[in-house]
Amino acid sequence: MALVSVSHLTRIFDVSKPWLNRVIERQPKALLTAVSDVSFNIEEQTVYALVGESGSGKSTIGKMLVGLLEPSTGSVDIRGVDLARETDAQKIDDVRADIQMIFQDPFASLNPRWRVRDIIAEPVAARGGHTKGLSERLLEQVGLAARDAGKFPHEFSGGQRQRICIARALASEPKLIVCDEPTSALDVSVQAQVLNLMSDLKDEFGLTYLFISHDLTVVQHMADKIGVLYLGRLVEEADPDTLFETPKHPYTQMLLAAAPQLDGFGREVIPPTGEIPDPINPPPGCAYNPRCPLAADICRTKRPELRQIGTSRVACHMVDATD
Amino acid sequence: MTPTLSIHNLTVDIPTRHGTLRPVQDVSYDIAQGEILGVVGESGAGKSMAGNAVIGLLNPPAHIASGEIHLNGTRIDHLQGDDMRRLRGKHIGMVFQDPLTSLNPLLKIGDQLTETMLAHLDISQSDARKRAIAALEEVGIPGAAQRVDSYPHQFSGGMRQRVVIALALCAEPSLIIADEPTTALDVSVQAQIIALLKRLCRDRGTAVMLITHDMGVIAEAADRVAVMYAGQLAELGPVRDVLTVPLHPYTDGLMGSTPLASRGKARLHQIPGAMPRLDTLPDGCAFHPRCPRAQADCTRNPGPTLADAQGRAACFHPLLREDVA
Repeated sequence: MALVSVSHLTRIFDVSKPWLNRVIERQPKALLTAVSDVSFNIEEQTVYALVGESGSGKSTIGKMLVGLLEPSTGSVDIRGVDLARETDAQKIDDVRADIQMIFQDPFASLNPRWRVRDIIAEPVAARGGHTKGLSERLLEQVGLAARDAGKFPHEFSGGQRQRICIARALASEPKLIVCDEPTSALDVSVQAQVLNLMSDLKDEFGLTYLFISHDLTVVQHMADKIGVLYLGRLVEEADPDTLFETPKHPYTQMLLAAAPQLDGFGREVIPPTGEIPDPINPPPGCAYNPRCPLAADICRTKRPELRQIGTSRVACHMVDATD
Repeated sequence: MTPTLSIHNLTVDIPTRHGTLRPVQDVSYDIAQGEILGVVGESGAGKSMAGNAVIGLLNPPAHIASGEIHLNGTRIDHLQGDDMRRLRGKHIGMVFQDPLTSLNPLLKIGDQLTETMLAHLDISQSDARKRAIAALEEVGIPGAAQRVDSYPHQFSGGMRQRVVIALALCAEPSLIIADEPTTALDVSVQAQIIALLKRLCRDRGTAVMLITHDMGVIAEAADRVAVMYAGQLAELGPVRDVLTVPLHPYTDGLMGSTPLASRGKARLHQIPGAMPRLDTLPDGCAFHPRCPRAQADCTRNPGPTLADAQGRAACFHPLLREDVA
C-alpha cells in the first residue's frame, strides 16, 4: 500500500475584500482555487517530486500533506489515516509523528534565540521524548560537529543551516519528509552537498520524500516519480526518464524547452508565449488552453481527465493525436 | 576598436573597524560592443559589487581603492555627483533582480519612462510619450498604448521585468548591467526575458554585463564568461571553452555540482567546504583550501593570475586539456 494517498484534493482560498466593501462595490466573493482535484500516491521509500511554476499550488499541497492547511474537499491519507477527518486522537498523533517538513528559507525557519541543540531536539522534546545526546548525534549525521550544538543559528552559513533543518526533521524518526524547495536558497556547490546528504539519509533511514521544487534538473536528479502542476492541476505524472525523454503534455514540453541548458551555447529558444492565468478566474476547460499550440474547441470547454498513457498519466485531450 | 567597457585592475575596499575587507580584488575584463559577458559566481563572490562599482552605486564605506574603469575610452571611475548621474541611465542602463523594488510604485510606468528620457535626451514631452509606448511595444508588452498609464502593481513579475528593461534601454545606453535579471522569475518567463535581452542587444549593439549564478543562463546567453571566486577572477574566456573544458579547478567543481540530465542519478560532485569569509582569506590562491589539485606553492603570495594558465585561469596547476578530455 502506498504510504501517502492523495485523492481529489482541492483547496480554495477566500481572497475577497471585507464584506462591507463587497456590498458597496457590488462585487461577488473572490475565490482562489490553489489546488484543484489533484490525486496521486507516494510509495514507501521513494521520492515523489512536484514541479511547477509559482502559483501552481505545489507548496499548498505540501502544507496540506503535513496538516498545516486543511483540504477544502478531497483527502490526504497517510498510512490509511485521514488527518483532517480522523477522530481518534491517538491515531492522529501517531501519524503526525511520522511526518516532518524542511522549508525553503533556512534563515527564517530556525528560531534565532534558540541554541541548535534545542532546535533539533524540539520535535522529540515536545512529545516528552528522551533527548540527551540526540542533537549531537544528529549533527554528526548531517555532516556538522557535535560541538556545534551549543551555537546559535546566526553562526552558520546557509548550507549549514539547511543541514540543521534536516537534522531537526530527522529527530523524531519520521517516515515522510516534505521538502519545500530545500535547495532554492543555496548556491550550486552547496546545493550539491545538501542533495547528496538527502540521498544518503534516505537510503540510511528508509525515508520517503515529497520533494517540491521549481528546478527541473534538481527534480530529475532526485525523484523516482514526478508530478507536473499547472494552475493547481496535475497535468502529467511520470518517472523522470519518461518525462524528460518523451514529455507528453504540451505544458511539460514547453517547460523542458524553456529551461536553460548547460550545453545550450547560443541556443535560440523560441520563447514560450503568455503567462500563468489568474487563478481566481481560470480559463474554462483545460487551464493551459490559452497558451497551448494544440488547443482545439474541446480544450476550451471540457477539463481533461488524468488518463493513463503508457507509463505516464497525462491530462490532455490532444495527447493521442500528437503521439 | 575600443571596447565598450574596460575594467583594469579594479579593487574595491570596505574599511571596517576590524580591518579592510576586499570584496573585489584586482579584476580586469573588457566587454566589446554587442557582446554579452556573463559574470558567474556564488553569493559573496563579488560579482554584483564589481557591477555596482562600474555604475557608481557602491554603498559607502565601500569604495574603489585602485584600478581604472573606461567606458567607450573615457575614464569614469573617478566621476562624482552630477557627472556620474548624467552617465547613469544615458550611457549605462541597469536591470536589477527584483522588478518590483526597482520601479516606483507611485508613478505610472509611462511617467517613469518619460522622466528618464527627458532627463537624458533633448526631446519634447509628447515625443517622449510616443517613444515610451514604442519602447514598451519593443519589449513585448501587449496593448502598450493603454498599459503605459498603468501602475507597476498592475503588472505581473515578468511584465514588470520587461518594463525595467524598457527603462534601462530607453536612453539608448551603450552598456547594460543586468544583475540577476531572471532569478526572481519562473522558467518560462525567464526564457522570454533572456530571449528579449539577447534580441535587443544584438539589434542595437549594446554591450551587456550579465551577472548571474545560473550556469544554464550563462551557457545560453553569454558570449564570454568570467568566473569569480572570493572577489577575484578565477577564469575568463569564451563561454563554450570555459564550460566544456574548464581550466580552473573551481570552474570544474561548479560544473560538476550542477545536476545534469545526461549524468542521471549519479552522486553529484561536491566541492568540500564553503567560500572563505572576506576577513579570513587564505594566503595565495583563495581556492586552495578546497582545491583537489592544491600543492605547496598554491599558498605563496602573490596568488595566481590569469597569465598563469594561458591567460584564461588564475591557477598555478590548471586542469590540462588531456585531463578533461
